[in-house]
Amino acid sequence: MHKLYTFLKYTFITLWTVFIVAPFLWAISTSFKDFQSVNSKVTYIPWLDFEPTLEGWRVLVKSPARGGVDIVEPYFNSIFVTCTASLISIILGTLAAYALSRFTFKAGFVRNNDITFFFISQRIMPPIVLSIPFFIFLSTIGLLDSLLGLVVVYIVLLMPIAVWIMVDFFNRVPKELDETALIDGCNPYQAFYKVVLPNSIPGLIVAGMFCIIFGWIDFFFAFILTFTEVQLLPVKVVALNSSITPWWSLSASALISVAPLIIVAFVVERYLSKGNLSGALK
Amino acid sequence: MNLIGKNITYKPDNQFHLNDVSFDFKKGNLYTILGRTLSGKTTFLKTIAGLLNPDTGELFFEDKDFSKIPVWERNVAMVYQQFINYPHLNVYENIIFPLKQRKLSEEQIKMDVEDALKTVGLVGFENRKIQELSGGQQQRVALARSLAKKAKILLLDEPLVNLDYKLREQLREEFKRIFSEGLSQDTILIYSTTDPQEVMELNGEVIVLHEGKVLQKGDAKEIFENPKNLKVAEISNDPPMNILTGSKSSDNLTFENISINLPAHLKDLKSQNYYFGIRASEIKLDKEGEEFEIELAEISGSETLLHLKKGNSKVIALIEEVMNFKIHEKVKVKFNENKFYVFNNNEELVSSPYGSHNG
Repeated sequence: MHKLYTFLKYTFITLWTVFIVAPFLWAISTSFKDFQSVNSKVTYIPWLDFEPTLEGWRVLVKSPARGGVDIVEPYFNSIFVTCTASLISIILGTLAAYALSRFTFKAGFVRNNDITFFFISQRIMPPIVLSIPFFIFLSTIGLLDSLLGLVVVYIVLLMPIAVWIMVDFFNRVPKELDETALIDGCNPYQAFYKVVLPNSIPGLIVAGMFCIIFGWIDFFFAFILTFTEVQLLPVKVVALNSSITPWWSLSASALISVAPLIIVAFVVERYLSKGNLSGALK
Repeated sequence: MNLIGKNITYKPDNQFHLNDVSFDFKKGNLYTILGRTLSGKTTFLKTIAGLLNPDTGELFFEDKDFSKIPVWERNVAMVYQQFINYPHLNVYENIIFPLKQRKLSEEQIKMDVEDALKTVGLVGFENRKIQELSGGQQQRVALARSLAKKAKILLLDEPLVNLDYKLREQLREEFKRIFSEGLSQDTILIYSTTDPQEVMELNGEVIVLHEGKVLQKGDAKEIFENPKNLKVAEISNDPPMNILTGSKSSDNLTFENISINLPAHLKDLKSQNYYFGIRASEIKLDKEGEEFEIELAEISGSETLLHLKKGNSKVIALIEEVMNFKIHEKVKVKFNENKFYVFNNNEELVSSPYGSHNG
């Protein structure tokens, strides 16, 4: 019975892995093919079925004038906007979350939970509701079609995630830990960055990961708030057209779009398993 | 030069956590705060540490208004009942943390930490991670951190309560040694606990706290021999002192149809109705005794606690051996009449087997 269970378990895991990984393998193999290998007969394995070539990848970096699509600039634009917005969101969000977790605010009928809900509610409404206000806002301050404008918009989108995750995380850090730091001679700021923050690394990483993912995959705002000056990767990739851009280049652009997320996932996974708060409170 | 509190009251949401508490703590002394869970012990210690601001009342230390000094400048140390250490630091880094905050010299820090590690018996554990230590060891690290700091006020908030029985006994013994050797005459040590036995063993000045109010102050012996009222008698005994309602006549005590010859120390008492108090350890199994029904028998360590019932009265007897009893079985027990406490209708002590109570 037990053996059967183990067998079924691993069979399922194997099938699922194949299901998840197969499209990637297909895309990887396609990205190294040329016209012949894609359009004539079915081919799978490089060197055996077809001769791999870097032509698909070269198209991505060539300028349009020389027959390429040049996704290099949008790529770095995306990295810049995502990282800057995520970093600022994490810093501001962590500070806000710590305050919400540790201090009691009273302003009229507003309490801590109301403020937390205010942050989260930014994510509850559909993004399309925000599109026109954002458009008018950015055009008023002259940041339409600019990287800085996108950073501002993404902070609005990402900070609620950071606040949400970090409030929950700080609530699970025992208050006695801060108090001990205060007793041991830290002022409240030192207690935060010398004691609470080093013990919140798992939370920071999770929050950072979510910010990066949501920032990186956003298409909607990148699409409506930019025209010609700046372009982000998702917009550029969507604009690639299979009737003009060859399949092998499309595969390569898809792969390079998900690459950062895969790297982030690998890095994060190592830190997540390290969660070291267990020793604080037994 | 003392730590003085005057009429301290703390009542968030209109619930008294501390109710008009006054005290005068002298340097070089050990004070134990005895009270049940939620009696305000932690609030008391946090108020002294500065983590809580009382609603009314004054707090002075070394002739300075303590309430104007923030926590991080007060030079106090505190050990919590949960084992609170810095999980991101190892044992050594944990202990030097407060010393580094005070910017002491490297050599000074090294000496202080070695002393503290020796005192708590953790030499050789310097590079261990906190999570790798057992509960008892974690609490030792917390204690070492507060000792190394050489704070003028050391607060221990039920430091043994989360440890298992055996470790508690062992650490309690060590505490007595640490408090007598490891502390300077400059330190005020305040120790809170729910356990009367700890209070007796530590043998300091005792403050009995109940619902935020100080019920009695005095040394451990005083509290044991002359509990001021019924509540103190209950709190300061484990198991709580048995209380029986009855009456005294010219030559005997009567409760639940049991008549006991009047013991010598109660001769001068007015004849009327009283509450009689007797410790569980003063009720013995005796074939000549009174018949009670067993409601519950608990074996703890080498002792058996018998929960007995007769009529409307319930008493607990402490039998100093392990015996098997059946529930609802009838047993005969005898009360040691020389150890009766007597409380009047206002629940105040009027007579104690250890000499009369005055005031």
